[in-house]
Amino acid sequence: MMTTEASTIGITHNEKVEHPDAVEMQAFGFWLYLMSDVIIFATLFAVYVVLGGNYAGGPTGKDLFELPYVLGETLLLLLSSFTCGLVMLAVRDGKKNSVLIGLAVTFLLGLGFVLMEINEFYRMIAEGHGPSRSAFLSSFFTLVGTHGIHVAFGLIWMAVMMGQTAVKGLTPPVQSRLMRLSMFWHFLDIVWIGIFSIVYLMGVM
Amino acid sequence: MFGKLSLSAIPFDEPITMTAVGGAVLLGTVILGLVTYYGKWTYLYREWLTSLDHKKIGIMYIILALVMLVRGFSDAVLMRGQQALAAGGALGYLSPDHFNQIFSAHGSIMIIFMAMPFLVGLMNIVVPQQIGARDVAFPFLNSLSLWLTAAGGMLIMASLGVGEFSKAGWSGYAPLTEIEFSPDVGVDYWIWAFQIAGIGSTLTGINFIVTIVKMRAPGMKLMRLPLFTWTTFFTMVLVVWAFPVLTAALALLTLDRYLDMHFFTNTLGGNQMLYVNLFWTWGHPEVYVLILPAFGIFSEVVSTFSGKRLFGYTSMVWATGAITVLSFAVWMHHFFTMGASPNVNIFFGIATMLIAIPTGVKTFNWLFTMYRGRIRFTLPMYWTLGFIVTFAVGGSSGVMLSIPPADFVFHNSLFLIAHFHNTIIPGALFGFFAGFYYWFPKAVGFRLKESWGRRAFWCWLIGFYLAFVPLYVLGFMGMPRRLAYYADATWHPYLLVAALGVAVIGLGILFQGIQLFVSIRERRSLGDSTGDPWDGRTLEWMTSSPPPVYNFAKIPAVDDIDAFVDMKERGIAYSRPDRYGDIEMPKDTPHGLIIGGFAFVFGFAAVWHIWWLAVLAALGALFTVIARSADDDIHYVIPAAEVERIENERYRELASVAK
Amino acid sequence: MKNRTYFLLIGLSSLCAVTLLGGCSTMVLLDPKGPIGETVRFVIIAAFALMLTVIIPVFIMAFWFPRKYRASNTDATYMPKWSSSAAIEFFMWAIPFVIVTCLAILAWSTTHSLDPYKPIPSADKPVTIEAVCLDWKWLFIYPDKNIATVNQITFPVNVPVSFKITSDTVMASFFIPQLGSQIYAMAGMQTRLHLLANEPGSYVGRNQQFTGPGYSDMHFQANAVSREEFQSWVQGVRQSPEKLDLERYEELSKPSRGYHPVTYFSSVKPDLFEYILSKYHPTSGENHGPMSSGSVPTHPRTDVAEAN
Repeated sequence: MMTTEASTIGITHNEKVEHPDAVEMQAFGFWLYLMSDVIIFATLFAVYVVLGGNYAGGPTGKDLFELPYVLGETLLLLLSSFTCGLVMLAVRDGKKNSVLIGLAVTFLLGLGFVLMEINEFYRMIAEGHGPSRSAFLSSFFTLVGTHGIHVAFGLIWMAVMMGQTAVKGLTPPVQSRLMRLSMFWHFLDIVWIGIFSIVYLMGVM
Repeated sequence: MFGKLSLSAIPFDEPITMTAVGGAVLLGTVILGLVTYYGKWTYLYREWLTSLDHKKIGIMYIILALVMLVRGFSDAVLMRGQQALAAGGALGYLSPDHFNQIFSAHGSIMIIFMAMPFLVGLMNIVVPQQIGARDVAFPFLNSLSLWLTAAGGMLIMASLGVGEFSKAGWSGYAPLTEIEFSPDVGVDYWIWAFQIAGIGSTLTGINFIVTIVKMRAPGMKLMRLPLFTWTTFFTMVLVVWAFPVLTAALALLTLDRYLDMHFFTNTLGGNQMLYVNLFWTWGHPEVYVLILPAFGIFSEVVSTFSGKRLFGYTSMVWATGAITVLSFAVWMHHFFTMGASPNVNIFFGIATMLIAIPTGVKTFNWLFTMYRGRIRFTLPMYWTLGFIVTFAVGGSSGVMLSIPPADFVFHNSLFLIAHFHNTIIPGALFGFFAGFYYWFPKAVGFRLKESWGRRAFWCWLIGFYLAFVPLYVLGFMGMPRRLAYYADATWHPYLLVAALGVAVIGLGILFQGIQLFVSIRERRSLGDSTGDPWDGRTLEWMTSSPPPVYNFAKIPAVDDIDAFVDMKERGIAYSRPDRYGDIEMPKDTPHGLIIGGFAFVFGFAAVWHIWWLAVLAALGALFTVIARSADDDIHYVIPAAEVERIENERYRELASVAK
Repeated sequence: MKNRTYFLLIGLSSLCAVTLLGGCSTMVLLDPKGPIGETVRFVIIAAFALMLTVIIPVFIMAFWFPRKYRASNTDATYMPKWSSSAAIEFFMWAIPFVIVTCLAILAWSTTHSLDPYKPIPSADKPVTIEAVCLDWKWLFIYPDKNIATVNQITFPVNVPVSFKITSDTVMASFFIPQLGSQIYAMAGMQTRLHLLANEPGSYVGRNQQFTGPGYSDMHFQANAVSREEFQSWVQGVRQSPEKLDLERYEELSKPSRGYHPVTYFSSVKPDLFEYILSKYHPTSGENHGPMSSGSVPTHPRTDVAEAN
């Protein structure tokens, strides 16, 4: 998804720079991609709501979820969204080094989130509460795990963008990609808020 | 090392399968041999496989569709043959296991690998030209979509010779598709083929929405868009909204099968009704994904060959929009018999009937476009008239099925089979054929011979009625779908007629093959040097046939719905600009092809649980994406002088025709 | 060229007519043997007649317009710019709308009156039959008579039959075409169906939903007989040496290929049907003993009161 290169066909003549129209098209295309991703998450949320009570004699959300731990994950991700916003400010001002530092901090925060989630999953599976225990756990692992995989891909993308920023500088294509990366990152943040409220908060209530 | 794969996966003991595999391998070898013999590998790779030109991508899509049409039709022949023989105690020549694979493959192939590539191929060739653009918004993504679709198709073809295909129907209802009831690899082939092609379709959807919204020529307001572009737009909206649901549903089924999860299982809290709901949340909009583009094609064809502006343009656009929205509110009519309350059933029943209103409006619009026109009976027009008559019947049987109590006796019977073939064959395939004959000269530069085309059309039409009217009757006789054999001898005569119908359709396909062959041989006399062989009404007829890589040397300005007619009337259709400018176009790239290759390997490895290979293929695809993203030098410039040379040639040719 | 079109049209339509008329005696949906089937037949014919009011004008226009306005007929009016008419457009939206409204009214009333969950009013107490889909045969339990059969049901004529349906395998559909509606059979869930035969006879019943390799053999006999014959049939089943205990059930529920012969069981383990349902209970654990939870298994719907 990260290489959706809008062509500049029919728009520029004798110019080598990317025309604003191309950036706009890329952003619009990326919005459409995010919309299709929203539908995937909406489907997974719906599945979770339907199957969320099917414990099959196994543990319930109340037995499994540790709210303080999840709150820690949430704070890491929210913080990373904030630093990602700062990165975009630095991009606007053309401060390459600030961009790199900001991306690195965002990356570490995101990595922390992913590691915490892996640890949570590992503990549950080790205790015999893995995704094959019940439909409730299948839908829990899949919904939360799909978000986690998205974050992991976001981290790979971020690493690639750090490389591109370092090597190429803040060229228009790099800026356009950074903008889409930040859209993606904020989107994942919003999805996480949904997961935190519907899965964890309502699960322990 | 090789997961579940071993030599025993090749069905040496199935003579019918091995003949098909042998035929496919032989044909493949002959084609590859010919390419090698004529030294065309470089040409093929440079000009086609790595091309980002939307017109070439469109042609490759259509080649894929035609190949898969032959494959899917062969399945139909085997099915009809089996049911024509397996009556009253006879078991026929296909074991239930084999028969079940064949009907599953027939549905999967016809919808995902015949109809989808056909319509996307036509859109690729036509839509950018209709809106006066030089390419789609994301040419690389376009190539990636093509190769993902092709990878999915290859996976289904591989299932023919290595292992087996799904035996659980194209809709793959759980829990039959769960590992407990289908432990073989067939369902996995079905899952990965759909999944890979489905991702390609979603990307196509995004691409065309952006293209149509952002890349229209100056003056082309929304209400001046040609109808085919409008229906493409609504189709792609459907794709982007609906395909993610399929992606999710298949992913959940995959998790059930591979990681022992319990989404749709009988045990441990799984819910099979959830699968059925998710599948049709995609599946019903998908029906309109197939039919809407054909509606657009019919609109173009009727208007062009009646020499008249389309009747009720605004009605048409609104009707299309209404169908798009309504198609998301009817999925439950696929399972009225699941035990929902009458209030739920009647809601979905009436929503389904409502779709008949805009569809009826469209039919009347086409009829009144012909009214007071000057109708030329060309091949596209034949298919359109065949469609209007046949579709009226199919649509009506659909309205009958939408009444829940009637569905309680028609459900899963051959009446249902007759109904949906009676909508999709005229409503989608006839449309694609109309589009194929209509735009063939534009894409390739010469027309297809009318005589063989008319013979093919009559075979298709008569064969269609012979094949499907008996199925309506059999529905009334209580015959369910998907029977490998049956005891009731009264059904037999009808199934013999249906088999005859398939044979007649087969003749039609043969004639289409002959038509292609003869037309290629006589391409000089059938050549189109004007670029406007039908007295066309929209911008795609403004370019030469085939168009130059950049389509339009200068982007046209649009003042009317029938933009090209308007230009011809004002005498500015062929006026030349004062000077030509440089044109920037996307460079061809192999990345789409490579990722498609990795997707195929990944799918195959996942089917057979060859995990190391699956991981390698996934990493390969990921690194190809990263490599592509690092490349900022993705355009090349056609200098103004070169554009001028190409255009001079075109105008010299036009002038020679005018003489 | 045009002549050929008409030839083909006439040929095709006469062919259709012949196939339709020829098949009438065997067209079970048009030859129902019970009130549900009869109402459904009325719905189908009424809907078909309504659709003809669209199909026929479309056919006429689809042949008349192209013929009249063919390019060679230069006498016909040619109006290349004429593309809208408020009157025509009003009717082309209004006519389908009116037809759909009529259909919707018809559908609304019959969907409610023919709800398969709705008991058929009758002075007689309905016969209850519990149907279980197995791979690849149907098991029928008569809980009130404590007998069971495979691939055959018998019930008295003019007495409502109340079916409780489930599956101990994949999703299937229970259907006796000449008596009317079908309904899905799903594991862990109970669906309902109420039918009545008003003519004695032996009708074919079948599974209408594909269930795998043995699907083609999943048909059964549904015999509607007089009350006396029904009593003697029940006595006959009670003579059977076979008893359906849990062990025999486990054996029976294993996949079998080919048509499973009709089998009678003189007695049935109590609450076998509830046991089969509870095997797939979504919230309690696996392999609970029968009825240990005592809770009602999930229904696809719960809004119709059980009537027994």
